[in-house]
Amino acid sequence: MEFNRYQRQTNLKEFGPEAQQKLKDARVLVIGAGGLGTPALSYLNAMGVGTLGIIEQDNIELTNLQRQVLYKEVDLGKSKLKTLVAHLKSQNSATNFIAFEKFLNRENALEIISQFDLVLDGSDNFPTRYLVNDACVILNKPFVSGAIQGFEGQLSVYNYKGGPTYRCLFPNMPSQNEIPNCNENGVLGVIPGIIGSLQALEVVKIITHIGEIMAGKLLLFNGLAHNYQTIKFNANPKNFQLLSLKESYGNESCEAIATIGSEAFLKIWESNNNLQVIDVRTEEEFKKDSWIQSKAVNIPLDQLMEVHLEMNSNEPIYLICQSGSRSRTGVSRLQGILKDYSFYNVEGGLNKLMIHQK
Amino acid sequence: MTILLFGITKDIVGSSTLSMPSTSEFGSKKTKTVKELKEYLGIMYPDLNKLSSLAIAVNNSYADDDTIIDNFDEIALIPPVSGG
Repeated sequence: MEFNRYQRQTNLKEFGPEAQQKLKDARVLVIGAGGLGTPALSYLNAMGVGTLGIIEQDNIELTNLQRQVLYKEVDLGKSKLKTLVAHLKSQNSATNFIAFEKFLNRENALEIISQFDLVLDGSDNFPTRYLVNDACVILNKPFVSGAIQGFEGQLSVYNYKGGPTYRCLFPNMPSQNEIPNCNENGVLGVIPGIIGSLQALEVVKIITHIGEIMAGKLLLFNGLAHNYQTIKFNANPKNFQLLSLKESYGNESCEAIATIGSEAFLKIWESNNNLQVIDVRTEEEFKKDSWIQSKAVNIPLDQLMEVHLEMNSNEPIYLICQSGSRSRTGVSRLQGILKDYSFYNVEGGLNKLMIHQK
Repeated sequence: MTILLFGITKDIVGSSTLSMPSTSEFGSKKTKTVKELKEYLGIMYPDLNKLSSLAIAVNNSYADDDTIIDNFDEIALIPPVSGG
């Protein structure tokens, strides 16, 4: 069956059965199962990459569907990872999937990445991108990086056979809010499909040793003008001298803490009567809101670290505030000291929940 | 000299390209290097100074501060983007 299945690519004289065997033996880690990760995974899986690792902790939200085309309306609120793995298994039953339902962080990055031959970075925030770079440099693994914004995309292969790293091009990590992300700035749905597919192409070329690898070259794709521009750049030797990860990769930003989207949260709010929710606003704000009082307890942010938490550590605990900012800080603080519990930030807070309720 | 703008630099400047008629029009001082061009753009568009990382390419090659530029060069301002 296998020979027939991959015949259209094994027939290519530059590829052949040898390259197919290399794909089968390869172990590729995909970070993020969003706009870039889902098209990339579809093709890597279809083409016969033997082992695919996937890291993702988000749930599927309505606003994901315009660009993350594997997810369906019936999947709203479900785990991206579980939904995606089920889909990919039905697409190719021979693939070995290793699913990590977590976000990549300073503590788990080296251990996870070391299990794979190469990495495809489809993450959606700078802290993760710099963490992926540093971990790959330390472990000497190449990584295929794609990133998108608006109508544009970037693509490069970093740390490939002594070639330049992400820090050779962009030495310093942008601070929070300096450069908008997709959530704030928007992206045209098809753009990540293009860039994610190009990432899959580079992964396959690296594994099978065909063609020219986009190492030391940055592709700038402009969808509006339909331009593909390639910028050449060199390695800066000092960026290879990393011996350990940095102390911090900006813990309060996007993926460093677990979050739940407002739509997913509303679903479980309505269906689960034993939901563990902490409203971290002031007592005054909490008292004005009878809806939240029905299921949440009130522990204002400034008292959060002093209270003895009487909650079930086997079930998730959701922190909420007005806009999602104080609760983010709360999750970051609590998760730092209470490792046995799983804390989630309700993204956008009550403001966003109210929009969905109307 | 043509300057191509990518990502957030396009939003800061308000268009996708900038045209510089000639180096002599950069005020009293002529812009001969990437560093001087950055300083000039930083005065014209102060928000560019806030970017932690901004790669500059001259004729499709990454350029550092000392790279010499002239009227016929094509410059690109490339900030990192993070969307996935």
